[in-house]
Formats: sequence, structure tokens, C-alpha cells
Amino acid sequence: MLGRTANGLFWMYRYLERAENTARLIETGQRIALTRLDSTDDEWRSVLKTAGVFDGFGQLHDNVTKDAAIDWLLRARDNPSSVYSCICAARQNARSVRTALTGEVWEAVNRIYMSAQDVLARKVSERDLPKVLGQIRQGTALVRGSTLGTMLRNDFFDFARIGTFLERADQTARILDVKYYVLLPSVRSVGSSIDNVQWEIILRSVSARGGFRVAYDNAYDPKDIARFLILDGRMPRSLQFCLSKLDSNLTFLANTYGTEPAPALLKVRDMRRGYLDQDIEHIFELGLHEFLQTVLNDLAGLGRQIEVDYRFYE
Amino acid sequence: MSDKPIYDEMWGTEESLRGPYQGFHQWWEGEDVKGLRAKQREADELFRLTGITFNVYGRAEAEERLIPFDIIPRIISGYEWQKLSRGIEQRVRAINAFLYDIYHRQEIVKAGRIPAEMISRNAAFLPHMIGVEPPAGVYTHIVGIDLVRTGDNEFYVLEDNARTPSGVSYMLENRETMLQMFPELFSRNRVREVETYPADLRRSLAACAPKTAGSSPCVAVLTPGIYNSAYFEHAFLADKMGVELVEGHDLQIVDGRVAMRTTEGYKPIDVLYRRVDDDFLDPLNLNPESQLGVPGILDVYRAGRVTIANAPGTGIADDKAIYSYMPEIVEFYTGERPLLENVPTWRCSDPESLAYVLDNLPELVVKEVHGSGGYGMLIGPTATKKDLAAFRRKLKARPSNYIAQPTLALSTCPIFTRAGLSPRHVDLRPFVLVSPEGIKITPGGLTRVALKKGSLVVNSSQGGGTKDTWVLED
Repeated sequence: MLGRTANGLFWMYRYLERAENTARLIETGQRIALTRLDSTDDEWRSVLKTAGVFDGFGQLHDNVTKDAAIDWLLRARDNPSSVYSCICAARQNARSVRTALTGEVWEAVNRIYMSAQDVLARKVSERDLPKVLGQIRQGTALVRGSTLGTMLRNDFFDFARIGTFLERADQTARILDVKYYVLLPSVRSVGSSIDNVQWEIILRSVSARGGFRVAYDNAYDPKDIARFLILDGRMPRSLQFCLSKLDSNLTFLANTYGTEPAPALLKVRDMRRGYLDQDIEHIFELGLHEFLQTVLNDLAGLGRQIEVDYRFYE
Repeated sequence: MSDKPIYDEMWGTEESLRGPYQGFHQWWEGEDVKGLRAKQREADELFRLTGITFNVYGRAEAEERLIPFDIIPRIISGYEWQKLSRGIEQRVRAINAFLYDIYHRQEIVKAGRIPAEMISRNAAFLPHMIGVEPPAGVYTHIVGIDLVRTGDNEFYVLEDNARTPSGVSYMLENRETMLQMFPELFSRNRVREVETYPADLRRSLAACAPKTAGSSPCVAVLTPGIYNSAYFEHAFLADKMGVELVEGHDLQIVDGRVAMRTTEGYKPIDVLYRRVDDDFLDPLNLNPESQLGVPGILDVYRAGRVTIANAPGTGIADDKAIYSYMPEIVEFYTGERPLLENVPTWRCSDPESLAYVLDNLPELVVKEVHGSGGYGMLIGPTATKKDLAAFRRKLKARPSNYIAQPTLALSTCPIFTRAGLSPRHVDLRPFVLVSPEGIKITPGGLTRVALKKGSLVVNSSQGGGTKDTWVLED
């Protein structure tokens, strides 16, 4: 397969994952704003930070308001990570790798693009917001579903999955890092309602409230939340889960090509050994923030290594 | 235009139902217009969803448009098709022989059948190709012959597309759409299949591989990229053939062969079906500004280590000035009378012809010698006084840039409108594959239709649509 095709698949799925995650962040922000009367527009600041788009927002806006934040995250053409921009970029990549996709996957991407063109053409009213966000999540789910259901399990598929899980790991690490302080024991005041809101935001942002309840009871314990999102291999958005997927897809590639493990694969294995084989206490001892910064740096480096290993550009 | 009644594919000139349309007409009688309207919308939705679009040049880069699809098929009898295909085959053989000749001994010039300057001063003549032996001896691997009809037994060739004819994806998708929407039509009519085209194309291309290729040659499609107007078709063909779709920056010359950058390193390509114009093919040998080509590919080609389809320099065979010599060309190389008619053509470079054209401008169609896509042409009968005056000036300023032809009464074929069936002018582009294994013509081709009442311009870039084209098994 062409290096350019690998690149296109990788980014197509990264952008779809990002669109979905951003939609989920907007949903979370809106939910908190509506149900927690003590919440403030500060919460939207942290949503923007989590999505990694706060700086761009700041260049065009003087202060953070709910409407402006939602519009920036959802529709802004100037924001390359807005849901709309991500969907357009995903489809652009899909077009350039059209021959690597099954007809069903292509139609699913085209469908979400057409519906985004339609529902995101104008500002979305508060009343329509849940429906629009639902449509987007359904759209990305359809792409994922047709990918899993129709694509050959070959190198095309591996690059699609690598893009997905690299983006997802990055997102989970960022959500934790923006909120890391509320998980620290030092500022933990047991039972305070503020902490509860913050913990709920974290779990909602990764669609994990139900999963957490099943795995750890109903009581929110910050250490459990951190453990769940970082180390729990059952949780499909945890760092552990994402890295194990990256490991297996990169291993598939090495096997398919009959080569030694590529530098990117060695890097993933190092990451897993280095910080996912330990328990959560140890991570807190190291410093949660420092730990997450290391993870984010390593993920960025991993992305660059994959580009080189598989000749995305030259 | 003469006063002769216009020939209709369904009704002829006598308003009596023609044979090939009998099965269709029976079906049509049992349908109601409202139900069909819903079907037409369904078809449009299908096209949009599968992304069968073309990009419009000169517009916002993101703009993608659908080519309107009309659900009424254009139907050709097996007998008509047999006659047409013999004529097409003859013509395509002549074109290949002509190309070989003008890039070698130029016998046709020596014989005085074509003036030397028609070749040597032609912008589409590529000196790099002089003396080059194309792999398997084939110049035009894929040809699209544009035909028009003016009467029961009157077909004319309007144009030979010998560079990179497009539209074959519409031929295939139109059929798919019809099969999905009206399966019953295909149980009632014995329609010859077209869906083997991609497999035929791949086999035909592979059969033209250079000697350096192994037993299963590597074929790839070269596209200018996603902003090209025909990108959908490039991706479609690569997909259906099961070969890579490459862009110039994926390719490099490695060890004297053209190679593509894969995730596992560079891999040689034997046959490149290029959808990039000659000029952009090789920045080292041709246009140095090109970002779309491969530096040095022409040298590899001349060394016989890659097949480029169609060969560089084939454009000269579909040049509109050369077109006017096609009857001589066919006779010269096949020794036979041409089976398909040429439209009478005045070359404005000739002073007498120019005088005639200027005198009769309102009745004529004037085309630029190197134009395509229906741009830069004048249709006398429908032109305004201002248009006519502007063209008079252009003709006088650069006569050799133009040819003129009588305005043909193109046949019509019914399209589906709100009011039911309504006739519109059509043409036909059959697709031809050439390889040492022979010449293969897909039964049917692409029917283009001018959707505006009375209009003679069928080009999709100018508001034309397409139809499914049937060749019946008699």
C-alpha cells in the first residue's frame, strides 16, 4: 500500500475520533451548565482547554461565553478541531484514499459529511443541540461500525485503527490533565459537591459513567477514577486499552510485512512497560500531572515515528 | 440546420415506435408519472451518497456537483451496434497506425496526404516521441469516439478522444443505478452487460506491459489529485480494477524504473494509466512547473521500461484540424473506405474555407482546434449578433485556430420531465480498449444529453446530463 494511503487512513480516522470526542465534550459542558446551578462559564474555559482549542478561541474572543464556546467547538471554520472542520478533513482524507475503503465505509463518511453540511450550516439553537450532537455521534458510530463490519483485516485496517487509538489516547490523557488537580488527594475535601461535579465531568467526557458504576460501585473515589481511565484494560478509552490496541495493530503490521518490530512498535512497548505496568499509587507518587505530560509527549513522538516508519511523506 | 425533421431514437421521424424501444415502451405504458418522479429523486440521492460527483473548474475548490442522470435509457439494437463497432474498430486501428507513422517515417506526409506543417507545427505533436517504440506497439490504449446520429442509418464521428477520454465511470454507475431501481426492465429486455469494463481494462493494460515486467505486471492509475474534475472517476477505476491510485509525489525513478512509495519501501510499476495531461507528465523533460508528474519518467518510457497509457503525444490524433483529415487517414492505413462518416469540416487556415465560413457563420458550428469540453465554441443558429461579431473578429485574427462544421441535427432521445417524456438532443461516446490481444468495445458507452430544450450542447460542464445506454441482444 502507498505511504500516502496509510497517511490518509490514519488521519481520516483520527479526525473522526476527534469529531466524536469534541461532540462529547460539548454534551458534557452543556449538561453541567444545565443541571449544576453553581457552575460558571469557567467550565467552558476548561472544556476549550481539554479540546486543545482554547488558544485559537482566545485570539478571536475577549471572554468565554457559553454560546461562543459551543459555536467554536461545533461549527467554527477557523477552528481546525471543530466538529465541522474535523468531519470535512475526515472526508477529504477519505476521498484521497477512496480506493482503500469499502463502499459502505465511504458512504458512511459521505453521509456524516452531508448531514454536517446540512445541520451545521447555521448556528445551532440550544433546543436543537442535543439532536445535532446525537446525529454526529451516530454518524461516527456508523463509520466505525461499517469499518469493523466490512474492511479486510489487512494493513489498511491497521492504519485506520492506529489513527483511532492514537487520537483517543491523546484525548483521554488531555481530559485528565486539564482536571488532574481535582483528582489529587491534597485538594480532596471528601463529599464536597464541587469535587463531585468535576469527577462527573471527567467520566461523562469519556462516556464512562455507566462503566465506572459497574466496575467500581457508585461511590466516586478520585483514585479509582484515575485508575479506571489510565490503567483499566476493560475501559475502551483508557490509556491502557488504547496502547494495547496500538501495540497489537503495529504488531500486525510487522507480521504482515514480515519485518522486525518497527521503532514505533518498540516505543509503544516501552510506554506500556514504563508506566502502565505499575499501580495507581505509584503514578500519584510520581505526580499525576508530570505523568500525563510524559504520556502526551510520548504520544506525539509516537505519531511522528509512525509517519517515518511507514513513509507517510517520503 | 436543414429543414429535415429531427430523428428521435424512440420514434424515428415518422412518430412510429422503433423496434429497440418496444420492450421499454410496454413497460412505460404501465408506469405512472408520480411513481417515476419518486424514482428519479431516489436516483439522485443514490448518486449523491456514493459521491459520484465532478469538481467544477474555476469554482470554490470544495464544490462538487452531480451530473444530472435521466432514467429513460437510450437503446441501440444489436444490428446497429454491430455496424457501429466495425466502424469504430477500423477508425481506432487507423489512429494507432497514424500515430506510429508520424512519430517514425511519416509516410503519410511523404505521400502528400497531409501537409507537413499540420504535423510539425502542431502543438500536440511531441518531438520527444520521435523514433520511440511504445511497449506492445500501442499508442491509444483507451479511446472514446464521440458519435452523433442524424437519421436511421446516418452516424457521424464528431470527435476522436485519443488522450484521456473520461466518462466511463458514469457509463458503469448509470447501469448500476438502473439495475437497482428498475430490475424488471432488465428481465424484460436482453441488455448486453457493461460491468466487465474494469476487468477488461486491467487485462488490456497488463497486456501492454513492457518486456521488463514479470508475469503479473503492476498496474497503477495516476491522478492529478482530489481537486481534479474527474477525480471521482480516477478513484473509481483504480478501485474497480483493484490497483493503486497514485499521485505524482508518490512516484520516483528508482533503479531506472518508475516506482511508488509504499509503506514497505519503493515498488516498481509496469503500466501507468495516467489521467494527467502530456505537458504535466514530466517536469524534467516537459513543463518544468508541473507538480503532478514524475521527473524523468519520459526517459524511463523511452528506455522501454514502463508503459504509459495513453502514450505521450497521442493528442495529435484528436486534434480538430487533424480530424478533418480522418477519412484520408483511415483510407491510407487500412486501404478501406471509412465505415463511419466524418462531419464535413472547413479548416479556416485555408483562405477559401475561411471566406465561406465568414459568409455562412449563422448556420455553422465553429470550434477551437485545441478546445474541449464545449468551451470556446460558437453555435451559429443559436448565437446572438454580438457573439457572431465577436467570432468574426477572432476568425480573422487567428484563422488557423479554428475549424467550422455544419450544424448537425443531432438525434433526440426522450428524457423524463414533469410532463412525461420529452425529446432532447443526445450524442454517444463508446469506449474502446486496444492491446495486442485485440480491440474491445464495451457495448453501449456514455450517452450525453442536453437537458435544455433545443440545446445542442451535451457537455456535462455546460449543463448536460447522462443516460444509461443499452445495446440489445437481437
